[in-house]
Amino acid sequence: MKTGFRYKFAALFTAGLLLYVGIAILGRRVSAAPPTGASVTGTIKLDGTPPHERPIDMSKEPSCAKIHENNPVRTESVVVGPNGGLQNVVVYVSEGLSGNEPASTEVQSWDQKGCQYIPHVMGLDVNQHFKVVNSDQTSHNIHPQPKNNSEWNKSQPPGSQPFDMAWTNPEVAIPVKCNIHPWMHGYMVVVKGPYGVSDNNGDFKVSGLAPGNYTLTAWQETYGTQTQKVTVTVGKPATVNFTFKAK
Amino acid sequence: MHDMSAHAAPHHAPPEGFIKNHVFSLDHKVIGKQYYTLALVAVFIGMVLSWFMRIHLAWTNAAIPGLQLLSPAGAPNGLMTPEYYLELMTMHGTIMVFFVLTTAPFAGFGNYFLPIQVGAEDMPFPHFNMMSFWITLTAFCVLISAFFVGDGPPLAGWTAYAPLSAVGSIAGPGEGTGQVLWATAIGIFCIGQLLGSLNFISTVLDMRTKGMTLMRLPITAWAWFITSCIGLTAFAVLLPACILLILDHVAGTSFFIASGLVVNDKLLPHSGGSTLLWQHLFWFFGHPEVYIAIVPGMGIVTHVLITNMRRPMLSIKAILYSMWALAFLSYMVYGHHMFVSGMNPFSSLAFSFPTLLITIPSTVVVLIWIGSLYGSKLRINAASLFALGFISMFVSGGVSGFFLAQPSIDIMLHATYFVVGHFHMVMGVAALFGIFSGTYFWFPKMTGHMMNETWGKVHFWLTFIGTYAIFMPFHYLGMAGNVRRYSAFTDDYLVPLIPVHKFITIAALCTGAVQLIFIFNLIYSRFKGPKAPDNPWECTSLEWTMPSPPPWNNFGGKDPIVYHDAYQYGIEGSSGDYVMQDSHEQIQTVRDEK
Amino acid sequence: MAKLLAVTIIVIAIASAVPIVMHTWVAPVDISTHGPLIDQQMSETMAEAGISFLAAQLILAIFIWKFSGRSKDAKIERFPGGSMGLVLAAFLLVGTEVLALGAFGTKAWAKVYFTAPAADSMPIQVQAGQFAFYFRYPGPDGKFGPLHPDKIDEANQNFFGLDPANDPDSKDDIVTAEMAIPVNKEIHLLMHSKDLGHSFYVRELRVQQDFVPGLDLSLHFTANKIGKYEIVCTQLCGLGHYNMRAYLEVMSQSDFDSWLKQQAANQ
Repeated sequence: MKTGFRYKFAALFTAGLLLYVGIAILGRRVSAAPPTGASVTGTIKLDGTPPHERPIDMSKEPSCAKIHENNPVRTESVVVGPNGGLQNVVVYVSEGLSGNEPASTEVQSWDQKGCQYIPHVMGLDVNQHFKVVNSDQTSHNIHPQPKNNSEWNKSQPPGSQPFDMAWTNPEVAIPVKCNIHPWMHGYMVVVKGPYGVSDNNGDFKVSGLAPGNYTLTAWQETYGTQTQKVTVTVGKPATVNFTFKAK
Repeated sequence: MHDMSAHAAPHHAPPEGFIKNHVFSLDHKVIGKQYYTLALVAVFIGMVLSWFMRIHLAWTNAAIPGLQLLSPAGAPNGLMTPEYYLELMTMHGTIMVFFVLTTAPFAGFGNYFLPIQVGAEDMPFPHFNMMSFWITLTAFCVLISAFFVGDGPPLAGWTAYAPLSAVGSIAGPGEGTGQVLWATAIGIFCIGQLLGSLNFISTVLDMRTKGMTLMRLPITAWAWFITSCIGLTAFAVLLPACILLILDHVAGTSFFIASGLVVNDKLLPHSGGSTLLWQHLFWFFGHPEVYIAIVPGMGIVTHVLITNMRRPMLSIKAILYSMWALAFLSYMVYGHHMFVSGMNPFSSLAFSFPTLLITIPSTVVVLIWIGSLYGSKLRINAASLFALGFISMFVSGGVSGFFLAQPSIDIMLHATYFVVGHFHMVMGVAALFGIFSGTYFWFPKMTGHMMNETWGKVHFWLTFIGTYAIFMPFHYLGMAGNVRRYSAFTDDYLVPLIPVHKFITIAALCTGAVQLIFIFNLIYSRFKGPKAPDNPWECTSLEWTMPSPPPWNNFGGKDPIVYHDAYQYGIEGSSGDYVMQDSHEQIQTVRDEK
Repeated sequence: MAKLLAVTIIVIAIASAVPIVMHTWVAPVDISTHGPLIDQQMSETMAEAGISFLAAQLILAIFIWKFSGRSKDAKIERFPGGSMGLVLAAFLLVGTEVLALGAFGTKAWAKVYFTAPAADSMPIQVQAGQFAFYFRYPGPDGKFGPLHPDKIDEANQNFFGLDPANDPDSKDDIVTAEMAIPVNKEIHLLMHSKDLGHSFYVRELRVQQDFVPGLDLSLHFTANKIGKYEIVCTQLCGLGHYNMRAYLEVMSQSDFDSWLKQQAANQ
């Protein structure tokens, strides 16, 4: 019967269409799922004797000198923890990113406290906002000196409101200094994709990666960069360790 | 120089239309009023800037509500940043020195009254004269634009010492575009002043009417003439200095930048330049400049005092020769700004000697003024009050010069508030008093209305006491070592001095507010003041022979004839107690008494 | 009103003189060997300036009081001595006095600038740069290593741009943020500017001298009192000018030696 065939065809066609759409939708959801599962952890160590870090004499700024009276601050270009771990190393993905990785939305704080930058090294994504805070009783004049981004400097008198900034281009790394206090130095490392900064044990974690093959780069302000390849799968955290050689 | 009665004065046709009458006018009187108005606007801006500075010094960590509207970067949420303080300070000094002190007493009153006092219809080069005003106004606009362009005005002070002012934005906020705009504005200002000086000098030398010999000129005319001579040579050095500074910014030259300098972590590529060269060039202009600021005031005060004492000065020649001596010596003393600058210490002693010598002509002038008060018939009115106040201020500001003239003492006082007190009193306030005195004196002639005498006196009293309250403490601060150009007092020894600063700030805000009385008096009297007679003060000089205000061609197309010296007051046997310069009355001329 | 003005002028003049006479705000006690000459010069000048100031204001006030409000028919009188007397007064009373002051003042200036540093004076280099002073001691070898502006690395506290690896004289140089000196020992201060114009001012030491970029100047002085004093910058050098200072510590020789040893260990 001709009419019966028409109905059967329509039903089959509709079913097929629905199946196709369903698979397409389901399929998209699968590939759009946030890649939370995959991360890389590791430890960064310094092989050898760290350079002698000189104590910083802040006597020209008594309100800061007082804070460090019993515990003098030292230059932070190489900070080694009690277990030989190298602190302030930024680990980021230099190859393998799809380009869809969302920028971190965490707003970190770049704090001027005790005439020091806390943290000494800050990792940032392109366009990730950060707050600049002056917790001291003295004015500071924060002056990042980028090469790939727009340079700025801003004074913050004591009691100022924190102000908000972001970088538009990746740059490893932007030195930051205070125009008023010459010993204050730090770095902002601006990258694309996930990153981690090593703590006092040298431990770091780079999370938010989709499974796949990546090249990780570790950057340290004195020793430069090292790279390692890593394969990341969901469920099983990968481990990558770096060792920098003391000069 | 003989008088030029038959000389072709620039007889121009009466101007027609609003633009030709009030905007692009060739008439020296209009130009004079335009300069005066510019100075009024400038002094208001300069004063407001000083209020912001003073409030910040007294209450450093407090926000000034609304300041962020002027500069969101300079004062976020109203909290002034250190660089913004210095930027305000730089603009305050620049605006006050150039656009108030050089403009009002010299270009303002001088343009208006010099041609009249010599008996001329106008200056010999009216077009240059008109141009000089518009060039000066352009300079002002370029300077003010620094507030709104780039990252703000420069912060190197009105003295703009190199290399801070020469290396560009790397040295600090405002040091890029702001500094270039500053140097451009000042360079343009120099050109305007050179054109003005040209006119003033040729007016005195070539435009005097029949019978007006040089020695019959009123002292104000001489003062403007001497000031123009100083201006010609001083501004002629500042202009190239500014050009060289601009070249260091935009052309990569190294006039003022030595080699091997590391500014803000950058090793600069310059070499061969000299830091001290800027200082020599600047102060070679800078010291004569302070005499440009004060000599017209001295002339005005002398003129006003004579009129109000009803007797000539004991020796007008002594005052005149002293003014010439000041002008001449002013070029030899400039190194006293550089005693500890790193120049050869022998040079410091060499500059100290004429600096000490220059006290002599200043003292002669002051002593003649005071000595002439003896046995006079002193009249008290707003004009004479400010003239007397000038004497007091000039003495106060002048004696602090005894200290600063000596290099060994300068070791302690250089770059302290002692210097700031000294120049504010002897130049700032004194010149301002000269301007006020001239205003109360000549306002009736210029507008045809009398100013309100009562309000004028109130203005005087509050300003006289107020300015002493502001600037006398500066000297004490300086003796205690309070360094100048600090945006905040955080050093251990400075913190206990902050209460003195608070006192000064309150005095400054009050005295500033008092000036509103003057502004109100000016504006109100211009329209509603009682009608002024031709010669309300019974003064002898030629401006008082004409109607108030004078017609567009001053002497009505005729050349006046002068028969007498300028200050024939209290003549034995004369019909009144004064004889106008153009009076036909025959008298025994009172010459300088010995 | 004239009489009121006269009284006001006198009151202002006396009120202005009071803090001077009471020594309310003065320079701190002198700790230098050349200071007494400067202080003496200051006192003499103050006496001369003070007398001139008070006399001028007083006479101005008296004349304003006496010669205002006179009747129209009053006779104009001539100041006794006339203008010639006044001109002479200007030359003799004021001119000669200030010239004499200036002449005597050259002694104080000469002591600072026209004497050479003693052969055994202790050299210390001070570098001024936006916005701090740093000091360098030559160390046991007595020699300062050369400066390399291109090697300045403030992040690593190499403020002077020293290269100890290649310059043996730099190896024992001691860089500090405070200036310590032994009491009663002549110091030969070598002044170097890293970037712009600055100035070295210690009130107690009676010393003020600008740094000139491109021109290395020197000063010498001896401190004779133990204590802690401030060195402040007095030449406008940028936004941090107000914050540019260092401490000067004058110590006993033994304290100084310990201090220097400690600083050497921190290099």
